[in-house]
Amino acid sequence: MVLLVAPTVIVIPMSFSASQYLEFPPREWSLRWYENYFGAPEWMQATATSLKAGVLTMLVATPIGTMAAYGLHVSGHWLARHLFILLVTPIMIPVILIAIGVFYALVQFKLVNSLSGLVVAHSILALPLVLIIVGAALKSYDFNQELAARSLGASRLKAFLTVTLPQIRFSVITAALLSFLTSFDEVIVAMFVSGGDNSTLTRNMFNALRDQIDPTIAAISTIMIVVSSTALILAQVFGRAKT
Amino acid sequence: MARPATTLDDGPNAALLRRDALRERRALLGLASPAVILLMVVMVLPVGWLFYLSFIGEGGGFSLENYARMLESKAYGRIFVTTFQVSFLTTGICILLGYPLAYFLSQLPPRAATLCMLTVLLPFWTSLLVRTYAWLALLQRQGLVNTWAIELGLWDTPVALVHNLNGTLIGMVHIMLPFLVLPLYAAMKAISGDYTRAAANLGAGPTQAFWHVFFPLSLPGLFAGALIVFVLCLGFFVTPAVLGGGKVIMVSMQITNNIELFFNWGAASALGVVLLAITLLILFAASRLLRLDAVLGGGH
Repeated sequence: MVLLVAPTVIVIPMSFSASQYLEFPPREWSLRWYENYFGAPEWMQATATSLKAGVLTMLVATPIGTMAAYGLHVSGHWLARHLFILLVTPIMIPVILIAIGVFYALVQFKLVNSLSGLVVAHSILALPLVLIIVGAALKSYDFNQELAARSLGASRLKAFLTVTLPQIRFSVITAALLSFLTSFDEVIVAMFVSGGDNSTLTRNMFNALRDQIDPTIAAISTIMIVVSSTALILAQVFGRAKT
Repeated sequence: MARPATTLDDGPNAALLRRDALRERRALLGLASPAVILLMVVMVLPVGWLFYLSFIGEGGGFSLENYARMLESKAYGRIFVTTFQVSFLTTGICILLGYPLAYFLSQLPPRAATLCMLTVLLPFWTSLLVRTYAWLALLQRQGLVNTWAIELGLWDTPVALVHNLNGTLIGMVHIMLPFLVLPLYAAMKAISGDYTRAAANLGAGPTQAFWHVFFPLSLPGLFAGALIVFVLCLGFFVTPAVLGGGKVIMVSMQITNNIELFFNWGAASALGVVLLAITLLILFAASRLLRLDAVLGGGH
């Protein structure tokens, strides 16, 4: 278990080192790599792109995924199970295929390096998570409550929004947070689809990694660890509140 | 004539009601349509396009040359061998490390388990790139592992731990471990303690109870986890690209090279189609053996 966490966390002290090389423990402390990061317009722009893509992916994947999860759960149609499996395939098939597939399609439509292409591709990757999380929540939800609301005259939509949704809201929020992370951390699709002014943070990091070990990456990594942990802890807190 | 109260199934309006119910079911199914359309446009169509491209030769007509090249060229054979080798090794090591870990977690009291679960989930949700980078920093020639091992006298000169197969495996096992532990843990949690207690009651020692009762019951979870790890390994890109240092070339890296260096869409697509076919074949075979949707938490 220590082995699971330690290798990741060790980057944090390294990022505060004054040395050119990655050292642990650092001989001298400094913030120069953070200055390097915050001072570089390309890194800042990439961060902005990543944040934008993450938020947009969240806004696309969460409602669409929740709708699908609800529809498939309630309908009981024989197709529902098959559609569910179809919709979760993106997490099972190699991402590289989705990446080059989308890249090729975007080349044809001259949409390469656009934010929208990136968001659409990331949404596909985030959808399975939303379906699985919200689907699981719906399974443990007692539908008689919604039936009660409807027998009292509420429309299906109203019953869903005022009775069901508030009860599964923690799962929906968790799903939204994880959608954001999916997009924010994604490398392969971003490598192909993003570029120029719309390069994501991960794409730039990956390119920098292939060249040399730049401690600026350690600083960025630290910030990304903080972002992920915050999202994860939030998700846990919401998950706990459910029970 | 007084009839007994009609039910939905056999009243005078039964047919009408059934039709209404059917219509509503279809309407509900329609709620999934935005997701399905998005999936079609972004995944199914482009991948179909790649499928088509893979059968187009350099002349622009239909040809199997992209596939023929794959069979003839030794380099391609090696890439597939490497891919399978790395995937098998990673899955194997993950099972060896993950099974005891999941078992340990499943035996903890709930509060401690939640806390320890965070240590599995945190790396799971930390960017893959960050973790790969961390291993690069740890394993390099002047890195922490080499420095400490030399200080402790484990070995004398820095050992090449990265930019080769070792580095790739270490990084991939670290990244894949949560994918094995999470389903396995869920499966183990579902095994009632009564079974092992019953075994103990009948005179089985702890070891015997574990191997004859607990272990067989945990196998579906183990199988599901191992399957996910293996399939994900097949298509892995980032970690072998960074930690393999160009020595470990997997299928997905070759696809990227074909596009970025040679602009050869046909060859890249053909490789992609083969990779997809292998993946789907494994998933299909597995779904015959176990209910895949049960693993993913879907279905009814």
